[in-house]
Amino acid sequence: MIVRTTAWSAGPGCHGGCGVLAHIEDGRLVKVEGDPEHPINRGRLCSRCLAMTQYVDHPGRLRSPRKRVGERGENKWQDISWEEAYDLIEEKMGKIREEYGPESVVFSMGTGRDVGAWICLLAYNYGSPNVMFALSGIGCYSPRIAASETVLGDYCVFDGGQWLPKGHDDPRYKVPETIVIWGYNINASCPDNIFGHWITDLMKKGSKIICIDPRLSFFASRADKWLQLRPGTDGALAMGFLNVIINEDLYDREFVEKWTNAPHLVRSDTGTLLRASDLVEDGSPDDFVVWDTSTGAPAIWDAANLEFRAPGAAPDAPSLTGVVPALEVPAEQCAVHLLDESSVPVKTVWSVFCAEVAEYPVDKVAQITWLRAEDIVEAARLYATSKPATIQWGVAVDMTPAITPTSMAIAALWCLTGNLDVPGGNVVARSAFGAVAYALPGSRGPIQLPSQEVDTTRIARDRYGVLSEFIWRAQTDVTLEQIFTGKPYPIKGMWVQACNLVGGIGYDPQRWVKALKKLDFVCVVDTFMTPTAELADIVLPAATFLEKDGIRSWWTPLESIVKAMEVEGCRPDNEINFELARRFNPDLKWNDLHELLDEIVSPSGMTFDELAKKGWELPPDGDPSAPYHRHERGLLRTDGKPGFKTPSGKMELYSVLRERWGFEPLPHHEEPPFSPVSSPELFEQYPLILTTGRRSPVYFNSEHRNIPWLREADPDPVVELHPETGAALGIGNGEWVWIENMFGKARLKAKLTPIVPRWLASAAHGWWYPEQEGAEPSLRGVWDSSTNQLLPMGYQGKDGLGTHAKCTLCRVYRAHTAPPGAYTLPEGGVIGGAVSVAGTAHGPAPGHAPATARGALVRNPDKEA
Amino acid sequence: MAAKRKAKAPKNGLLIDYEYCTGCYACQVACQQEHHWPAGMSGIRVHEIVQNLPNDKAYLTYLPFPTELCVLCAARTRKGQQPACVQHCMAACMRYGKIEELAKEMSKPRMVLWAPRG
Ligand code: SF4
Ligand code: SF4
Ligand code: SF4
Repeated sequence: MIVRTTAWSAGPGCHGGCGVLAHIEDGRLVKVEGDPEHPINRGRLCSRCLAMTQYVDHPGRLRSPRKRVGERGENKWQDISWEEAYDLIEEKMGKIREEYGPESVVFSMGTGRDVGAWICLLAYNYGSPNVMFALSGIGCYSPRIAASETVLGDYCVFDGGQWLPKGHDDPRYKVPETIVIWGYNINASCPDNIFGHWITDLMKKGSKIICIDPRLSFFASRADKWLQLRPGTDGALAMGFLNVIINEDLYDREFVEKWTNAPHLVRSDTGTLLRASDLVEDGSPDDFVVWDTSTGAPAIWDAANLEFRAPGAAPDAPSLTGVVPALEVPAEQCAVHLLDESSVPVKTVWSVFCAEVAEYPVDKVAQITWLRAEDIVEAARLYATSKPATIQWGVAVDMTPAITPTSMAIAALWCLTGNLDVPGGNVVARSAFGAVAYALPGSRGPIQLPSQEVDTTRIARDRYGVLSEFIWRAQTDVTLEQIFTGKPYPIKGMWVQACNLVGGIGYDPQRWVKALKKLDFVCVVDTFMTPTAELADIVLPAATFLEKDGIRSWWTPLESIVKAMEVEGCRPDNEINFELARRFNPDLKWNDLHELLDEIVSPSGMTFDELAKKGWELPPDGDPSAPYHRHERGLLRTDGKPGFKTPSGKMELYSVLRERWGFEPLPHHEEPPFSPVSSPELFEQYPLILTTGRRSPVYFNSEHRNIPWLREADPDPVVELHPETGAALGIGNGEWVWIENMFGKARLKAKLTPIVPRWLASAAHGWWYPEQEGAEPSLRGVWDSSTNQLLPMGYQGKDGLGTHAKCTLCRVYRAHTAPPGAYTLPEGGVIGGAVSVAGTAHGPAPGHAPATARGALVRNPDKEA
Repeated sequence: MAAKRKAKAPKNGLLIDYEYCTGCYACQVACQQEHHWPAGMSGIRVHEIVQNLPNDKAYLTYLPFPTELCVLCAARTRKGQQPACVQHCMAACMRYGKIEELAKEMSKPRMVLWAPRG
């Protein structure tokens, strides 16, 4: 039997969406192949999906609920039935809800993926708004999305033809002349609904590449322009690009005038936007003001109705026509009279935006980013003169605490160059047909909190304005603190699902261990035991994508996930959470999971079963979730008017919401907290820039080290150092080293390779050793190689977002020994897999034999439980 | 050994456009899955080659190399299917076919034609 389904999350781990054909014999999985007809992958499949047989049948897989019988961390368990597990969870979490209120339980997810909806289903029906994405600063994608929503009312992704039936072969599609790959090793990573290899397809069709990455990646090697920037300076680079593009007049002036809030007036006295309420009696504080050059007087921009009005006109007076808003207010007319008769000088948003951009001349940007000025100029010109051109940004962009102003600058780039929602540009990404399960920017979905009232207790919602508009999560760093302080209310329990707080996503993992131990109740749902699961009271065995029904609309096409098989003892996340949601909320709206799935897909006009028969469906042209030119066609706003769903109805070069929230309304650069510039004393002690989390093509973050075919391809936690750096430090290729900084250390294997600059240590993240002892102190070897021990919590950006995993400091020195139980290299032979032939003029340090001369796997993971 | 040396001239092969190979390991794992090889064995292995260039530059190439275990997916190709590695290659940079025909397709630089078996 061959079952056609969609890969998402549990299993390959990634955001996926790829079409797979599961070959099932006698209920067992014998093979997974790519679905040749599927629009995303067209028959291709990456290693994680191809290794599903080893995943599904893995001897270490959890196959029964278990409860803790020793102390937390002693790895003593008793298998229990599902019924008993549900009863226990109901009792324990029920008691917390009664005594402390539902907000006292936090629901923790890793890289959300499929499970995001189901965690919300459980949390919201339990009554808690505290769903937490466990990365410091919520620093993966949400910040980029939120920043883009803030200024654009929507967010954009690179157009690889994914909304068109024939993909990038579709006649409506245009091959981008240039693709900017910004902080993204996209073919090795697990992008959200972007298939990294669409870019290789497009390169074959002629797309040029600008690659922004400190490491020499596949794309960097083949780029027309490779910008090897200092990590954490992306904001400065984006501002430098804007500087070149504006100074050299390479921007789309018509777009600026017509679609952005560039003509809106800013008061020079307060530096804030001039509002209609400043100007006239009964004027709305939500309406803005432009300078009308046709009359030489101010005109009011009615942001609700997207039309101009004469100041002081009656509310039912017809709108003003023929207004020609000035991009720059003439100097002799630069003051307006306010209500109180005072006169205030004004400028346009365009003037203040350009003044901010002028703060970033290319020479200064070169100094900040460690790039050559001419490379910045050439890259900016190449991007701005390519039509179309597109930018695809990666998580590295989130990995700076100034993520929002950085993202605002990057979003301004694709808007000002006329690449917004055009074929081959940056297209607005919306879930196909608007079918979403739970609240995401732009749509609410059927899975909702019982009332908005409940949301007021969400952790740090009030502190960070963006959390009330675009990110419905508890702020992670504040949550961790609250577990210890109990203020403003105690946290007593945690539900952790598809999330490895201690071994994967959590910075300062020692502190997360303490936090988990402080709680009255911890339940972990996962497919295998992890360092986090070791600290639970109850562990539930989850099913993989092959073992469940579900849907996926992130973002297109709308896809069905259909159960191809079952693994005895395991249950799908959505079934687990549905059952518990039903127990915690007897009034649950749906009788069974399929009713809920039906409601989620209903905007498409299909039921789940109808969708499952088709496998996937693309939204038709004219649907707001299908491109192109939607701001012109009135498809982005609910009122059907051309424009954007921002407070001003415009793409905002000056952000109304940021001004309201008390943050800088303009894009800019800020130094990350630990850098040669912001902490020169620390840089003296820790003279290498540490970037963590470069992607492995065979792993999803902290997963898959126990899958033999995958582990073989990437057997050890590696820190890449330039050969000269290794030589200077007396470190030979393949030697185990400590990377250390002011917060902690981790032991990794040095790979000397010129793909990194001399000043960088690029360390693999998410390492723990599934094959090692589960009980403390080992916790499956998590303290050996986890780079998160060098990353503190609590350094999120001013708006609660963004983090520093890719831009901190360290020193590196020889460790002399390998971590216990790690793959070691015996005499002779070569390890199966990648062999780096890093021919370098500078060999390893004198006196140290290069360790690559030593050899192969000692331990065969095949033989391990 | 002697028998092996006299092996027939190869008919079919694998054409790799290694300019586009991204080192994703799909081919290696696809082969392991198809032929039930344990970790440590595969019909094809992915290699990373980093070459220093003048002016402090370097170039990164990946190259899939067919091993002694490659049987050119005879069972699949008999049924008209592509070899497992070729079908799943994420960069679509592998082709299977008759050697003479593949040779004609070597129309650009950075390609290699493997003839793993007779
Ligand atoms: S991106 Fe790779 S691992 Fe993820 S679903 Fe697609 S093929 Fe599978
Ligand atoms: S052709 Fe078949 S046997 Fe040879 S490497 Fe590819 S998958 Fe393996
Ligand atoms: S599957 Fe293709 S792109 Fe991936 S490593 Fe193999 S040859 Fe290279």
